[in-house]
Amino acid sequence: MTGSAVTVGALAAVTAQLVLVVGGAPLLAGLMRQVRARLEGRVGAGVGQPWRDLRKQLGKEAIRPDGSSWVFTAAPRVLLASTLLIAAVAPFLSTVSPLDGVADLFAVVALLLLGTVALAVAGLDTGTAFGGMGASREITVAALAEPTILLAGFALSARVGSSNLAALVEGMLTAPGQVLSPASLLAAVAFAVVVVAETGRLPVDNPATHLELTMIHEAMVLEYAGRDLALVELASALRLTVLLGLGANLFLPWGVATTASPLPLLGAAMLFAVKVVAFGAALAAFEVFMAKWRLFRVPELLAGSFLFGLLAVSASFFLA
Amino acid sequence: MDHSIGLRPPVSETVYVQTLNLICGALLLAAVLILWRRELAAIVRLLVVQGVLLAALAALLGAREGSSELYAVAAGVLALKAVVLPAVLRRVLRDTGEVRETEPLVNVAASLLAGALLTLLAYAVSRPLVALAPSPATQALPVALAVMFLGFFVLVTRRRALSQVVGFLLMDNGITATAFLATSGVPLIVELGVSLDLLLVVLVLQVLTARMRLTFGRTDLDELRELRD
Repeated sequence: MTGSAVTVGALAAVTAQLVLVVGGAPLLAGLMRQVRARLEGRVGAGVGQPWRDLRKQLGKEAIRPDGSSWVFTAAPRVLLASTLLIAAVAPFLSTVSPLDGVADLFAVVALLLLGTVALAVAGLDTGTAFGGMGASREITVAALAEPTILLAGFALSARVGSSNLAALVEGMLTAPGQVLSPASLLAAVAFAVVVVAETGRLPVDNPATHLELTMIHEAMVLEYAGRDLALVELASALRLTVLLGLGANLFLPWGVATTASPLPLLGAAMLFAVKVVAFGAALAAFEVFMAKWRLFRVPELLAGSFLFGLLAVSASFFLA
Repeated sequence: MDHSIGLRPPVSETVYVQTLNLICGALLLAAVLILWRRELAAIVRLLVVQGVLLAALAALLGAREGSSELYAVAAGVLALKAVVLPAVLRRVLRDTGEVRETEPLVNVAASLLAGALLTLLAYAVSRPLVALAPSPATQALPVALAVMFLGFFVLVTRRRALSQVVGFLLMDNGITATAFLATSGVPLIVELGVSLDLLLVVLVLQVLTARMRLTFGRTDLDELRELRD
């Protein structure tokens, strides 16, 4: 293959990955709701319901509260754009990517935080009590969760000697025994807790509630309507998919293509979908058995995952 | 042909190192979870897990050294730490009716952070020890020391009598793991002596807990501050 053919293939891989993630994210959200509904003995609205909701909301006018500024309008777009960027650069299908230089662990964490902060600022911008309360809670959780993502990543990158995500995945692929090493197991536990906290799932936040005392994420986006709400909903489904995908590929990297040729890419896409769906279904099933924790116990959970992250880092330095 | 055993280790090197690291990682994980959980029943279950892991560690070293004595030690550890001691603890739990550690002296988030510091301390103090004879087993020594420190921390900061017994057992698990890792297995007679001591201590503490509950109605050790007639 010539150099330009590789580039074309890699570009096709990135496009396929974006289409897969954006098209699949609402389906994943729908699937998780459906799993939950079935386990609770309800019929459920079907896997396609989030897409139907999005289509309906996109056709409606975006109403903005009086006195809100451009921050309120910009926040959903910043959130969606930053999440789409992560979805494009992360090594979900192939480790060969024209955007390889951007696919850095620190860049991805910074992008995640950018979206969180944009939404929190928008929550403050509306000037309502709920918006401010939700923003303050969200930032508290984020401030405790982000160091843990970094630590879990450190544990993986200490072995490879690089914080590039594609290099991390390739390092795991070349040494399959590492999947069961204490460092990556501890890091996986830490990462799982962070995914739960970052995407606002139980026991940190209940995605299905609008009860004023308990909501975190929903409190911030309470004032959004129509198109803006559709963007926020799509972005939060994307965040969930991206984080689950990162977890799946960093800790169980089997099936990720190391070239940009079509056949391995197809296999990688199917395996990626299977892994993310399995993780999502497991998370939803786990949620059925959990009750939401008091807000004041959330730091306990995150301190625990921080400790796991730290142990993972020290294990990757000392044990291996 | 040569019929002697032990020319070639029965377990291949990579499998041995992987399993050893995995067992040590799980030991540390169980110790941290003991620090995290409040339900005493869950803590006792975690102690069972640790007992099984310690027995697996002894069996692994036995397979490595080709020594049948270590298999006997493994069986002894399994019987004592995964069956007998948890059974005694469960009995105390059932008699006292206390479900959870309500007020540890240090709250859970802070004790988890303290756990992180203790683990780093364990790594720091065991570096000269590891440097004496670097091998996969001695490199896992910090984990055993960390379990010991975590046990000591639980012993110091918890109030309920049962939690303190748990801390004591955690510390002993750490000591056992240290012995296994540092010496590639301990002689059966030493392990037997330690195990009997341990069993005796736990039985004495069980009696003490029962007496305390009869006297005060609960097992908060702070009640024992004053001398009475």
